[in-house]
Amino acid sequence: MGIASLGLYNQAIILFASLALLTSFIMLAQARMMPLIFTFAWQGLLLATVSVLVAIVSKHPHLYISAALTFTLKVVLIPWLLYRLSVKLNMQYDAEAIAHPTLMLLGGVGLVIFGYHVAQSIVHLSGLATRNTIAVSIAIELLGMLLMCARKSAVAQVIGFMSMESGIFFAAVISTYGMPLIVELGVAFDILVAAILFGVFFFHLRDSFGSLDVGQFNRLSEANQPMPLRDAAAEPAPGEPS
Amino acid sequence: MDRQLTAWALAAAQALLFIAAAPLLAGWLQRCKCHMQNRAAPAVWQPYRDLSKLMRKRLLLAENASWLFRAVPYIVFGAMLLAAAVVPLIAVRLPTAAIADVIVLVGFFALARFFTALAGLDIGTAFGGMGASREMMVAALAEPAMLMAVFTLSMTATTTNLSVATEFILRSGLVLRPSFLFALLALAMVAVAESSRIPVDNPATHLELTMLHEAMILEYGGRHLALIEWASQVKLMIYAVLIVDFFFPWGIATEFTAAALAVGVIAVTAKLMLLSVLLVVWETVLAKMRLFRVPQFLGFALMLALLAMLTHVVLETGA
Repeated sequence: MGIASLGLYNQAIILFASLALLTSFIMLAQARMMPLIFTFAWQGLLLATVSVLVAIVSKHPHLYISAALTFTLKVVLIPWLLYRLSVKLNMQYDAEAIAHPTLMLLGGVGLVIFGYHVAQSIVHLSGLATRNTIAVSIAIELLGMLLMCARKSAVAQVIGFMSMESGIFFAAVISTYGMPLIVELGVAFDILVAAILFGVFFFHLRDSFGSLDVGQFNRLSEANQPMPLRDAAAEPAPGEPS
Repeated sequence: MDRQLTAWALAAAQALLFIAAAPLLAGWLQRCKCHMQNRAAPAVWQPYRDLSKLMRKRLLLAENASWLFRAVPYIVFGAMLLAAAVVPLIAVRLPTAAIADVIVLVGFFALARFFTALAGLDIGTAFGGMGASREMMVAALAEPAMLMAVFTLSMTATTTNLSVATEFILRSGLVLRPSFLFALLALAMVAVAESSRIPVDNPATHLELTMLHEAMILEYGGRHLALIEWASQVKLMIYAVLIVDFFFPWGIATEFTAAALAVGVIAVTAKLMLLSVLLVVWETVLAKMRLFRVPQFLGFALMLALLAMLTHVVLETGA
């Protein structure tokens, strides 16, 4: 059964799902703070669109509610919170140096293959024609995890965490037409609270460490003082005439 | 017999049209770019004037130039001529379609690039060697991405023949294939890198630290330079037509009637004009990147191409 034999709605589901996967990769490659937050919002928008399309195809009207939840939380509220935070912390123009960017992207491709391998055994649970997108949802989760592992900045790690949650939500939409509404509301509330808590946390981190770079956290506070500059220029190297 | 003769005549006419129209595309690009940047724009046929001026100029050769240096412009232009002959511009099913293989096309590009790099090294100036090494670095990174993107398309169309693949996409109508979208993005990034456009290279400057392609051909002048410039214009057009053929083939002629061919010419002109406007916007909003950022740019293109292949396998073939 190829893609050409599916209806237009199902094709659109597959297209938007793979675009959401692409936004995960863009987040991996994106070093700047503001575009990272905006890309996360785009991913939320794509997933909300997918759930609306699944609602139309599978005729499960409660998916409209979860799409609306996704939209308000992941497209409007959380990006706005993160944006506010990074403006307040004066880090909206920050860019972190990504170590081995190409290697990380290729690792991400490896994770997609792994997700496909894992999804092979569970795709048959779903009755949807587009059930193969379960592999995509697992890949989005794993890529969110990779983002959390690979980045040093706390904001990027929070975005990775939220992106993992998006992946789980997407898996639920594709495989079982969404979770029960009470669960979904609970999770949404949790995510919102988590976003606010992370915000409070950022301020504490900056107050006690002076940075949001988690690489700095395991340094002792005495060692965190500015290092005394070794006067290499004034001190002639041994063997050199002064 | 008569029918075959018309087909061959059409194939030859298409190749000649391709070569003749390439400077026009470059002129249109230049004009759009000037308008975009609020500069006074030259006429669309400015590239023709430049080329004819270069053709009439006296040929100057460096003292230590070998036969290779003199042969390279003709080799490069010949390779591009052959490459242009195999890409379907206004009609598919031409007799040249038998050799219209994508891998052959990539091979023509590699041949031209190899000889340009050799010519850059031949004179022995510092710029030539530097340009050659940079060009080879970009090529080594861009070629896998291009081949991957092309393989994705040929997996869908089950052929590496350009003409047959174009016809397959034309017949299957509008299907929203995510793999095509990713392959399109990857191919566009590779095309930008390979035809020396911003953000990888800026063809308009001769700034020593940043030039890639220009550094290799710095020693050329007269008709040699004209041929190389013309070849690079043809190369840009080949990439543009490739993108148009693979992703938006609608309008291309499948039969050799006057009406169908006229529609083909109009369609391809409109599509190329639109595509160059997009390229101009892209070149205007982006700045040229550092040379050491180029591997990251092309790494993203390779990742997109791999993703295209994966989405084809995972999502489009069905389980």
